[in-house]
Amino acid sequence: MFRVENLSKSFGNKEVLKKINLEIFRGEVFALMGPSGVGKTTLLRILNFLETPTDGKMMFNGRECAIRQKNTVMHKMSMLFQRPALFNSSVFNNVAYGLIIRGVDKKTIGKKVIEALNLVGLAGYEKQRALTLSGGEAQRMVFARAIVYSPDLLLLDEPTSNLDPANVAKIEEIIKKIRSEHGTTIVIATHNIPQVRRIADRVGILLNGELIEVNSKEKIFTNPGDARSAAFIKGEMIY
Amino acid sequence: MDISSGDSLLQGIIKGFELIFSLNPYILSITGVSIEVSGTATILATLTAIPLAFALSFTHFRGKQALITLINTGMGLPPVFVGLVVFLMVVPAGPLGLLNIVFTRKAMILAQYILITPIITGISLAAIKAVPLSIIETVYTLGGSEKDAVVATLKEARFGIITAVLAGLGRALAEVGAILIVGGNIARTGSIGGIGEGLSETRTLTTAITSETSKGDISTSIALGIILISLVLSVNILANFIQRRD
Repeated sequence: MFRVENLSKSFGNKEVLKKINLEIFRGEVFALMGPSGVGKTTLLRILNFLETPTDGKMMFNGRECAIRQKNTVMHKMSMLFQRPALFNSSVFNNVAYGLIIRGVDKKTIGKKVIEALNLVGLAGYEKQRALTLSGGEAQRMVFARAIVYSPDLLLLDEPTSNLDPANVAKIEEIIKKIRSEHGTTIVIATHNIPQVRRIADRVGILLNGELIEVNSKEKIFTNPGDARSAAFIKGEMIY
Repeated sequence: MDISSGDSLLQGIIKGFELIFSLNPYILSITGVSIEVSGTATILATLTAIPLAFALSFTHFRGKQALITLINTGMGLPPVFVGLVVFLMVVPAGPLGLLNIVFTRKAMILAQYILITPIITGISLAAIKAVPLSIIETVYTLGGSEKDAVVATLKEARFGIITAVLAGLGRALAEVGAILIVGGNIARTGSIGGIGEGLSETRTLTTAITSETSKGDISTSIALGIILISLVLSVNILANFIQRRD
């Protein structure tokens, strides 16, 4: 579904991503794992066109993503940040946003917003101001906002890092539902190893801007192909 | 009321209210000129300032920082200086002399426009810059265009922008120096009901307060002052109402 080839990114003299080669398959949950500051967020931001790579190319559904196709490709994906960004409006207006800018009719918007809020357990919150939601509710609301227009690809940047265990469990349940009910492909950047065990199909380990290993979850956790992957998973890595 | 007669301030206030409630034509004409001049200047300044603030926030061009510095400086322009400059521009020998607008409401609108455009731009710019980058990025991540990002920013910054427009209107309504120079504080000759000098041509609430007070007609000054304060208060109440409804 999404392939990147020899993708590099530098900020000034600092090379943050080094010749990344990666393929994301349709319908999978792919975990991009690694310690903080190794380039996970930068890679997600490049996939979402929020950053421009210094080098390399990206292919979406078999076609190279040139800048002129940026808007077409962006319409088929969505991204969630570590801290949810909320519009200063009602929950309904927040969730409906992606549909409104796509010119969807009001009746369909109403129906889809209710469906999305049901999926994330926020039915009945439509009229509440988004800024009055708790941290966990806000993160669930942005999930509803991200999936309401049925994107093909959902990019999640540490979506549970600021949440308590109960809300982490709810978010993970939502991720599983989105995948099973909508068939959405999900890429999640995280340093939470137990979470990766619970929700991912395949895992890529990113260290110092290099994607050192991509493998199935089972392989990564039982028989990693790289000594550095093993050290990271065991928590023995010094960086 | 003549202050030399020893009448109390309270009597002045009572007389002031009587003038307002009797819908005195002189008072009404002055109020009308004030609203017309300051309202028009505010509308024109808003139409210039908000697009300018967005352009300064969303685009990069040579001289952008110099322009921001100029706007910030403009926020503190002395009204009498602006009045003098506009006067020199619109007098028959000036570059805009052909327009023949000296001592007219058009010249007053021009002076107020110059005074308040930097104020509305500067405060709007600060409100737009206060919108977190994550909001703009969220618009893009949801498939929005740059136009959608501008609209979303406008919605997020709306309270700050309303405040900017109100600050501009407040400054325009309260301004004396510039409009006194370019407008001339003119009223048609002939007093109506013994009050004032007829109907206002370029006389506003502020310039009339100045002239009526200098003549010792304190009750008329108080009536004008009450209207001026009421106007500013009404605008603020309306703004609060809009913010609460949102």
